[in-house]
Amino acid sequence: MKPLRDFLDRLNPLFTKGGRLERLYPLYEAADSFLFTPGEVNDGAPHVRDAMDLKRVMITVVFALLPCFFMAMWNTGYQANSALLITDGSVEGWRGELLDMLGFSGNPNSFVDNLLHGAVWFVPIYLVTNIVGGLWEALFCIVRRHELNEGFLVTGSLFPLICPPTLPLWQVALGISFGVVIGKEIFGGTGKNFLNPALTGRAFLFFAYPAQISGNEVWVAVDGISQATPLSQAAEGGVVALQSMTTWFDAFLGRIPGSMGETSVVACLFGAAILLLTGIGSWRIMLSGLVGAVGLSSAFLLVESSTNLMFALGPLWHLVIGGFAFGLVFMATDPVSGSMTEEGQYLYGLLIGVMCILIRVVNPAFPEGMMLAILFANVFAPVIDQMVLKVHSKRRLRHVSG
Amino acid sequence: MEHYLSLFMKAVFVENMALAFFLGMCTFLAVSKKVDTALGLGIAVIVVQTITVPANNLVYQYLLKEDALAWAGLSGTDLTFIGLICYIGLIAAIVQVLEMVLDRYIPALYNSLGIFLPLITVNCAILGGSLFMVERDYSFSESVIFGFGSGAGWALALVALAGIREKMKYADVPPGLRGLGITFMIAGLMAMAFMAFSGIQL
Repeated sequence: MKPLRDFLDRLNPLFTKGGRLERLYPLYEAADSFLFTPGEVNDGAPHVRDAMDLKRVMITVVFALLPCFFMAMWNTGYQANSALLITDGSVEGWRGELLDMLGFSGNPNSFVDNLLHGAVWFVPIYLVTNIVGGLWEALFCIVRRHELNEGFLVTGSLFPLICPPTLPLWQVALGISFGVVIGKEIFGGTGKNFLNPALTGRAFLFFAYPAQISGNEVWVAVDGISQATPLSQAAEGGVVALQSMTTWFDAFLGRIPGSMGETSVVACLFGAAILLLTGIGSWRIMLSGLVGAVGLSSAFLLVESSTNLMFALGPLWHLVIGGFAFGLVFMATDPVSGSMTEEGQYLYGLLIGVMCILIRVVNPAFPEGMMLAILFANVFAPVIDQMVLKVHSKRRLRHVSG
Repeated sequence: MEHYLSLFMKAVFVENMALAFFLGMCTFLAVSKKVDTALGLGIAVIVVQTITVPANNLVYQYLLKEDALAWAGLSGTDLTFIGLICYIGLIAAIVQVLEMVLDRYIPALYNSLGIFLPLITVNCAILGGSLFMVERDYSFSESVIFGFGSGAGWALALVALAGIREKMKYADVPPGLRGLGITFMIAGLMAMAFMAFSGIQL
């Protein structure tokens, strides 16, 4: 570590005030604080002394996402390899050549084959996301002279996980550009946006290029294979169609087609455990989101409907299919775009759970509702906070005057 | 009853005046700096909308519509061509009365609304509500529900925008986008979130 530190220190004069590369200071600072614990502390008046800085928060979230990364690759490969068995085809293009070189045999029962096949789809999307998004981030930092910070690490990790495996790479680049620039940077960067940047980018793609991000063709990375996600299967044929396609336990493990990182509830539970133990994710949001979803889907189950098959799906299924678990654990708990007050977080989570089930069941246009439910709740989070604060101050004022 | 409930939900969420039809944008963008003022204007719009849409409905059903004057013994009349001017005139009159009432009884709200109360007269969301009512040929009770719902939806969007803009105090918006520019961006992003409801058939 010492030579690296010395190297950075030697470069330091170049980037500080008066140095030749002064304008590029944010890049130097980013590399420095990425590699070493930054030495500076806040010298403004009110500040908290805590080891939990922004860097550690963001890195913890990325760690919590690791099981999802793993399942994303394994399941993408598993789905694709299973489809290859049926079509008796081979992997096309550069992906196929790369896989051949690595000794890939296309066996869906082989752990390594699944990981390899998943990786050739997942890794390019991940790289494009982080390179393009990182470039935007760096550009804004240099022009606007604020520091490059770790917030993008999380956005850059979440975004590839909510893409279908076959999403064209130029769309990935477009989506993350929209998410980073319009969703975050025009408001001033990390901590100042009001919508979750990763979801903003995905929603943009979802409405701009629906053919590549919804429907039945995109979820399995094999050409010509049409495989519905469990949710759209259920929307068409109800519980019966869903059960013919997968079992509850498979959906729980994540062996179902869907956006790459969202399918596995197990991986999300690991992530949730890390976020809750470290106190980074709000348990209030997760709990009330769960209550909202279970409550409303149970209510639908009790009401019954002869025309809408989704009524009969019930809470157990709703929790394991689609992006509900992933969204609730990693997206809804985003501290920037979510509610900040404690009472507000209950309301905010409840709104997400209810909206998600509402869109899934009542809106025939979208089989999945988690993305839009979270964005919708993001829009109302500031008002919810304001209401809570107002009620608080009213209550306190009564104590003062009384 | 169920019919009215779904009409109400549709007016508030699915066909949100501000975020699905982009009506009433001028006041939507201008009076959304503070939640309190936004709430005041929102309530004013709900009240005006709930009164004017049914009032215009009566005008339409009993005066302007084809053969509407049958009750007066005139048949074969069709006065829909003067519809626009009638609706806007009636709206203006009702807003005038409302303004006087507010000035007399709730001066705080009257002052915080300022110029925007008279401007409600020409708020396209208000006229839009009446025109939608005509186009869809609502009955009187439907028009009450629709007027209240569309006003409530507009108010909801306005208050949410105001909440976001108050939070924006801490944002560091690039100089060229400050003020109205970033508000347009916020309104656009909010509309994207409201797309959650598009496609719901009630």
